[in-house]
Amino acid sequence: MFALTVLATAGEGSSPNPLLPANFDLLWSLVVFALIVIAFQRSILPKLNKILDERAETIEGGIARAEAAQAEAAAALKEYTAQLTEARAEAARLRDDARTEAAQILSEARAGAVKDAEHLTEIAVKQIEAGRQQAMIALRSDVGALATELAGRIVREALADDARQQHVIDAFLDELDSTVKAEG
Amino acid sequence: MAHLGAFETLAIGAAMFTLAAAISPMVFGTDGTGGSGTDGFWSWLVRSNGFHPPSVLDFFPDAVLFGGTVFEVNRVVVIRILAAAVLIGVFAIVAQRARVIPRRGQALVEILMDFVRVQVVEEVMGKERAKRYVPFLTTLFLAIVVFNLTGVIPFLNLAATSLIGLPIVMALWVYFLYLAAGVRHHGLGGYLKASLFPPGVPWPIYILLTPVEALQVFVLRPATLALRLTANMMAGHLLLALCFAATQFFFFEASGAIAGVGALSLSAAIAFTLFEVFVALLQAYVFIMLSAVYLNMALEDEH
Repeated sequence: MFALTVLATAGEGSSPNPLLPANFDLLWSLVVFALIVIAFQRSILPKLNKILDERAETIEGGIARAEAAQAEAAAALKEYTAQLTEARAEAARLRDDARTEAAQILSEARAGAVKDAEHLTEIAVKQIEAGRQQAMIALRSDVGALATELAGRIVREALADDARQQHVIDAFLDELDSTVKAEG
Repeated sequence: MAHLGAFETLAIGAAMFTLAAAISPMVFGTDGTGGSGTDGFWSWLVRSNGFHPPSVLDFFPDAVLFGGTVFEVNRVVVIRILAAAVLIGVFAIVAQRARVIPRRGQALVEILMDFVRVQVVEEVMGKERAKRYVPFLTTLFLAIVVFNLTGVIPFLNLAATSLIGLPIVMALWVYFLYLAAGVRHHGLGGYLKASLFPPGVPWPIYILLTPVEALQVFVLRPATLALRLTANMMAGHLLLALCFAATQFFFFEASGAIAGVGALSLSAAIAFTLFEVFVALLQAYVFIMLSAVYLNMALEDEH
């Protein structure tokens, strides 16, 4: 209390105490400061903050968009890779199939050819057999006649000696040869 | 102003200087150095009628309007009104033209806002708690910076915060803010208990601790906020005014080699002007930093 009185009396003196505010000092300080506070709280800072928020939003939106684009690209890449792998597998499968099919076709063809060849051979053998049979039949029927003719001639000539006998047989065989040649 | 070249700026500055210098003797009196009427402005400007060291009376200039009443307007009040008008005007224009992609002026304003938010309030209080108080403390910081800087602006030459009324108003604002925050957070009893009887201390200590804490919370914090700011700004003004007065005296009154000392005092004046700019920013920073700390202490659950 004493100190306050001293301070107050010092304020009254020729050199005012700079630690004690005058009433007008406080009043005007209050007015001026209140004006600043009101202006900043009510108008200036909200406006600036709105812009700052907008910017933050824009940047965040941009980042989100970029992230979305990146994710999309990654997904597309993954899809393409998958598709490529699938396509490769498909191609490999098709190639394998084709190879198997070709091998099958080849073996089938080969089997068919062998079968055909066997068939042809069989037919040929049959034909040959038939020809032989024919020949045999023809020969059988001719051999009788020829043997009869030969025997007749032998009898008719009255075989005297071996030479003559030999001559008859040779002539007969020549004749037989020529008939076979004429027939063939 | 941004599109003005250096030459136009200089010309405008010179014109304002001449105008202000011509008016100032009429407005603020001739300070006992003789009338400007007979000798003319320029001879008045370069005259020195003895050495005039600054004094405490600098902070109690004569009234301009309504002298002796509670509405008295003197040089300090004029400076405050001017500074507030410039602050509100500049920021209103920036806020009005604010865009998502900032121009230079807006970027500067945003740097200041970010500084307060990130470097001070969020640093002290944490992000979540800071949100509520960032606007208050940003306003406080900008106001103190501008009111401090008037101390180094030619023709104002007196920090608006060097007369204690304004620092008291600002300190009281912080004071009520942190008291309200504490009461809202803890309840009245809870806040008193938390701040006067810090937990984790054996009870006999409270006999000593509680009065100290009470003095801290209810008197010393706001008082030191106001006094620190005022004392710094007063000291800054006295220092600068001393350098300027000495320079004037040495250049225009002292003779011979002594006049050379004027160069020294002028260099000191330049250095101290830059220093005062630094102090202006630093004191604003200290003020809001401490305010944030006090607010945070009021909201803290445990000391």
